[in-house]
Amino acid sequence: MICLDLFLGFLKVGCFAFGGAYGAIPLIRDVVMSYGWLSDEMMSYMIAVSESTPGPIMVNLATYIGSSQAGFLGAVIATSAVVLPSFLIILLVTALLKTVLKNKYVQAVLRGLKPCVIGIVLATGVYMVLGNCFGAISEIRLNLQAVVITAILVALKFGYKRFAKNKLSPILLIVISAIAGIAVYGI
Amino acid sequence: MNILFDLFLTFAKIGTFTFGGGYAMIAMIENNCVERKQWITHDEMMNVTVIAESTPGPIAINCATYTGYKKAGFIGALAATLGIVVPSFVVIWVISAVMDNFLELTVVANALKGIKIAVGILILDAAVTMIRKMPKKKLPRAIMICSAIVMLCINVFAWNFSSISLMLIAAVISLTIFILNGAPDQKGGAGK
Repeated sequence: MICLDLFLGFLKVGCFAFGGAYGAIPLIRDVVMSYGWLSDEMMSYMIAVSESTPGPIMVNLATYIGSSQAGFLGAVIATSAVVLPSFLIILLVTALLKTVLKNKYVQAVLRGLKPCVIGIVLATGVYMVLGNCFGAISEIRLNLQAVVITAILVALKFGYKRFAKNKLSPILLIVISAIAGIAVYGI
Repeated sequence: MNILFDLFLTFAKIGTFTFGGGYAMIAMIENNCVERKQWITHDEMMNVTVIAESTPGPIAINCATYTGYKKAGFIGALAATLGIVVPSFVVIWVISAVMDNFLELTVVANALKGIKIAVGILILDAAVTMIRKMPKKKLPRAIMICSAIVMLCINVFAWNFSSISLMLIAAVISLTIFILNGAPDQKGGAGK
C-alpha cells in the first residue's frame, strides 16, 4: 500500500538523516529509487526546486514525492514521517535524557556515523557530476554540452569565492545553470 | 497574543523566508527567538544547534521543537514545528500541481538539464565543506574514504545495498574500535 510505503520510507529518512540537508539527499535518493517513485532526472530537478523554495530541503522533497505518489494525503503522510523522528528525539532529549548525547558510547557511534555520511555525500556528488558528463557505466559517452556547462559553473563557483570573498549562493548558481542550460542546449 | 499562536506564526514566518534550509534558518531563528521574542537564551540556542548536529533530521525542525517545548510544553513544540513545516508544504504542494505541464515546455526542459548539473556541483561542494570541518584524524578519514568508495560502487554498479546499512556498519565499526581500545574517556567530545 502506497501510503504505508511512503510513511515507512520517509520515517527511515527521518531517522538516519544526519548531517543536514545534503546528508539527507543521498538517503532520499536511495529510498526513492528503491521504490521507483521518481526517475533519476526528476529527482535532480526536485532537489533544485527544493533548494530554491523556502523551508528545509528534506521537508520539501518529502512533500513533493508524497504528493506525486498519492496526492494530498501522500504529501501529508510523507512530510509527517520525515519530521516525526527529529521531533520526538528533541522532545526526549530536552525532557528526559539531557546527558544521553554526552555518553561516551553514544559519542563513539556518532564518531562513526558522521564521517560515513560525509563519504556518502561525497560519492553522490562525484557520481552525479561524472554521470552528467559521461553517462552511465553501461554506455559511456562524452556529453559535450554537459561538460561545457559543468566547466562554466565550476569556474563561476570558485572564481566568485576568490573575488567576492563569500560563497556564491546556491539559488544564484541554480539560476545561472538554468540560463546556461537554455543557451547551450537551445542552440 | 496567545503563546501557541505566536509560536506558530513566528516559525511560519521563518519557514516562509529562509531559502536553502539548514544554517540560513539558524540565523533567522536566532534573530527572532533569541533577540526579538527572547523565548530562549543565546546559550540555549547554541546547545540546540549542537544537539541538532548529533541527532537526525532538519536542524530547523530541531530548533523549532526545542523552542516550542521550552515555552509551552508538548503543544508548544507541536505548534512551532507545524509553523516551520506548513509554508514549505504549501509552496511545494502548489508546485507539484503544475510541475508536469511545466516540464513539457522545451525551454523549461533545457533549463532543467542545466540545473541538474548545478545540483551535482552543489552536493559535491557540500561534501568538500564537510570534509574540511572533519576532525583531522586517521579513523574518521578512513571511514569517510571507505564509505565514499562503497557508495560510489553502489551507485555505479547499481549494487543492491542501502546507504542506511552502510551507516550502521560504520557506527558498529567505530563503537567496536572504541570498546577494543578500552573505552577511554574522551576529551572534548566527538565530531569537533
